[in-house]
Amino acid sequence: MKIVVCIKQVPDTTEIKLDPVTGTLIRDGVPSIMNPDDKGGLEMALQLKDKYGAEVTVITMGPPQADDILREAFAMGVDRAIHLSDRKFAGADTLATSNAIAGALRMLDYDLIITGRQAIDGDTAQVGPQIAEHLDLPQVTYVEDLKYDGEKTFTIKKSTEEGYQMVEVEAPCVITVLATANKARYMSVRGIVEAYLKEVEIWNFSNVRVDEKKLGLNGSPTRVFKSFTKGVKAAGKIYEVEPEEAADIIVSKLKEKFII
Amino acid sequence: MDKSQYKDVYVFVEQREGVIQPVAFELLGKARELADQLSQNVVAILAGYGIAEKASELIAYGADSVLCIDAPELVYYITEPYAQAVTKVVEERKPSILLIGATTIGRDLGPRLSARLETGLTADCTGLDISEEGDLMMTRPAFGGNLMATILCKEHRPQMSTVRSGVMRMGKKDDTRTGKVENFKVTFDRSKFKVRLLETVKEQKNLIDITEAKILVSGGRGVGNSEGFKMLEKLAEVIGAEVSSSRAMVDAGVMPHNRQVGQTGKTVRPDVYFALGISGAIQHLAGMEESDFIIAVNKDKYAPIFNAADLGIVGDVNKIIPLLTEKLRR
Amino acid sequence: MDFSLSKTEILFRQMIRDFAEKEVKPLAAEVDEEERFPIETVEKMAKLGIMGIPFPVEYGGAGGNNILYTMAVEELSRVCATTGVIVSAHTSLCAAPIYEFGTEEQRKKYLPKLCTGEWIGAFGLTEPNAGTDASAQQTMAFEEGDHYILNGSKIFITNAAYAHVYIVMAMTDKSKGTKGISAFIVERDFPGFSIGKKEKKMGIRGSATCELIFENCIVPKQNLLGKIGEGFKIAMKTLDGGRIGIASQALGIAQGAMDETVKYVKERKQFGKAIGQFQNTQFQLADLQAKIQASRLLVRMAAYKKDQKQPYSVEAAQAKLFAAETAMETTTKAVQFHGGYGYTREYPVERMMRDAKITEIYEGTSEVQRMVIAAALLK
Repeated sequence: MKIVVCIKQVPDTTEIKLDPVTGTLIRDGVPSIMNPDDKGGLEMALQLKDKYGAEVTVITMGPPQADDILREAFAMGVDRAIHLSDRKFAGADTLATSNAIAGALRMLDYDLIITGRQAIDGDTAQVGPQIAEHLDLPQVTYVEDLKYDGEKTFTIKKSTEEGYQMVEVEAPCVITVLATANKARYMSVRGIVEAYLKEVEIWNFSNVRVDEKKLGLNGSPTRVFKSFTKGVKAAGKIYEVEPEEAADIIVSKLKEKFII
Repeated sequence: MDKSQYKDVYVFVEQREGVIQPVAFELLGKARELADQLSQNVVAILAGYGIAEKASELIAYGADSVLCIDAPELVYYITEPYAQAVTKVVEERKPSILLIGATTIGRDLGPRLSARLETGLTADCTGLDISEEGDLMMTRPAFGGNLMATILCKEHRPQMSTVRSGVMRMGKKDDTRTGKVENFKVTFDRSKFKVRLLETVKEQKNLIDITEAKILVSGGRGVGNSEGFKMLEKLAEVIGAEVSSSRAMVDAGVMPHNRQVGQTGKTVRPDVYFALGISGAIQHLAGMEESDFIIAVNKDKYAPIFNAADLGIVGDVNKIIPLLTEKLRR
Repeated sequence: MDFSLSKTEILFRQMIRDFAEKEVKPLAAEVDEEERFPIETVEKMAKLGIMGIPFPVEYGGAGGNNILYTMAVEELSRVCATTGVIVSAHTSLCAAPIYEFGTEEQRKKYLPKLCTGEWIGAFGLTEPNAGTDASAQQTMAFEEGDHYILNGSKIFITNAAYAHVYIVMAMTDKSKGTKGISAFIVERDFPGFSIGKKEKKMGIRGSATCELIFENCIVPKQNLLGKIGEGFKIAMKTLDGGRIGIASQALGIAQGAMDETVKYVKERKQFGKAIGQFQNTQFQLADLQAKIQASRLLVRMAAYKKDQKQPYSVEAAQAKLFAAETAMETTTKAVQFHGGYGYTREYPVERMMRDAKITEIYEGTSEVQRMVIAAALLK
């Protein structure tokens, strides 16, 4: 079996802070990490490798420093790593991103394509299904667990708001995996020592054979018009009142905040 | 693309087992506002099997017309049949805007459609508005909620957006409203149906991890004992929150460790944090001070928690919380 | 040498820090409180190759080097000094002498099991009457047929209760003084070998420190490590390497205490402002930070020299002396910064202070390190 896992390097959004004075985002010194859902997907692929001897390839699109997460993937046990890097890919929204990645995937053999459900920098959850559409493959999103019959069929547990669904699908297909599907393994020491001795394949525009008009900023139907932060918190108000009135104050605040 | 051919605000109406999901009514409310700004119509896409009778309710919540796609292929949600159905609608009717609920269904369908239709999709919008040029301005959080971005899809149609449930406000139901209900026929390409649904299981979802909860009702010494925490659970139930705790109550064995907020527990940043009977020791503050909105209730008006609170109430939690729960229930 | 971390070192630090935070830190207080050897952590470390970092892949090791090994001990000790010393004693005091002084058969027999963590290693030199004066060994070994018979006891042996392999020094010819000491590889189930009483310690309370007892213990001749009479030399060289490990442990403890303190002084308010805003706090922290960073560079230099197969005995002594004293000073001040809270078990700094003390004592006291450094200086 051949598995391709799409991974993304993202800023660790839990480490992002707002400047208390200006209310702007402090991005300096925020560590870059492998997107958590993608790591869950990678772990799922490696478990299939452990059990069935699958060949696991990781692919990422991003600037040169995205090499870090490919090395991390090597240290976790993947067989092959591809880095899509070209100025022509830059400025892409989800659709243009999915066009580039789907282009690269067309050049590879696969029985299963895995992406994370969503990336923590954008939380869009779009690229996985969009890749599936471009490749005309069936998709299963929000995957919590996957069983393989050893031949062709995957039985998949898919998370829903109310519980879960069990679905069945044959290879090849695309799944989008939750970080909570498993506990991703740590890199092994030996894997780390050897990670930089292995070769990451760098692919550019000419490798993916996709119409330039569908890539990068040109291929992006959506554009960011403006961005802003929510601003600095004002000092709180303290009330010393009777219980009845206190409850009313809380209710009206919650209403104001759209909680109720 | 000739944008002038595209008009009206369409809403994909999510139903599960024939029950229209609240997010659909919320979207209709927003669609109504947007359509009024554009002087266009609101069209609801009602897809399913044996669901035609639900159409009138959609009109009552703001739709001008309902396209009813009633087919056995749509008896439950699976990506491909639903994608084919909505694609057919878009190709034939050319909506200017298409709104979808950001549920596990909508977030599965939306991107599949956007790739098929080669148009933009903005996920999890918290604000929708019309620009001076008549384009949809879609505002959404990014970077884990640290940044807000307003996004446009100027050159492609439809302009697609998903919105989480509870974000938009449902319009008032008006049973006197009238509108057109139309049956919309779709011929499915079954050769593309590859995913088989084996079973749907509903379960009492395990308690959400407190770090993921949007609202936390947190109790400390002032709550006292497990009786007190039952009171907090009732409040949590009413507002869809999770219950968490200070270290004192974990040490006392009243709450499990995985519910503890603070230096030796978990760091949380929910939208709303209720600090009830929590004095606000430094090690507790370290775990929750980045919450968006902090409501503190404590008897001691000098409790340090009030320095961190956005709204502080000096008073007895055991008196205020039952009253609050009762008011919220009504 | 390059002062910035290599790409491999950055990746390694990412893993080990993540592992320490998620797997080691949550157990630290409990391991201390209950004096419990964290065997489950050792199993997890074994799976990742942490029990055999600097040894070649052909012996089951991770193929890394001593710099990575010191980083591991530092990061583990930063959250739990017990876990740090388990790895340090195992790696530096047991696997390393087998790798450096063992025959090919001994390496093949013991290293794969040690490096993969299937077996845990320990080292026995100290005796009730032979501490800093290690030459006063009273454990005796005499030849008998195809084996040696060992009699005597060793004390304060880290990992003792959980180890499978022990490097043990014993007198084979008392008339020759230190040249009459030989080193043996003793397995846990050799006849006549047993584990004695467990020490109740001030710090590193989970490390299972016990006595080793030899009562006519039979050790096959092929388990002689190095040549007869080379034991003292092997012990001293082994301790040179061990000191790099303990220096890393001390460094980790100091850094852990600094991290806790920085967090605390930013949050703790007195007289209307965070105590970190007072210049007294700032200056003290600055001094400590400079010492911690100096310790790190000394550790790195010693490990680098060992990796380059250059003499490193003095560098290791300097690193251990300075890092241990920095750990003691940093943790003591960390408790002071935390005030009353720091004296309680609600915060980890009191544990760190208790843990730090041993780094000034074991594998050569600070006084021994000064002797080593001065001897080289006045040579």
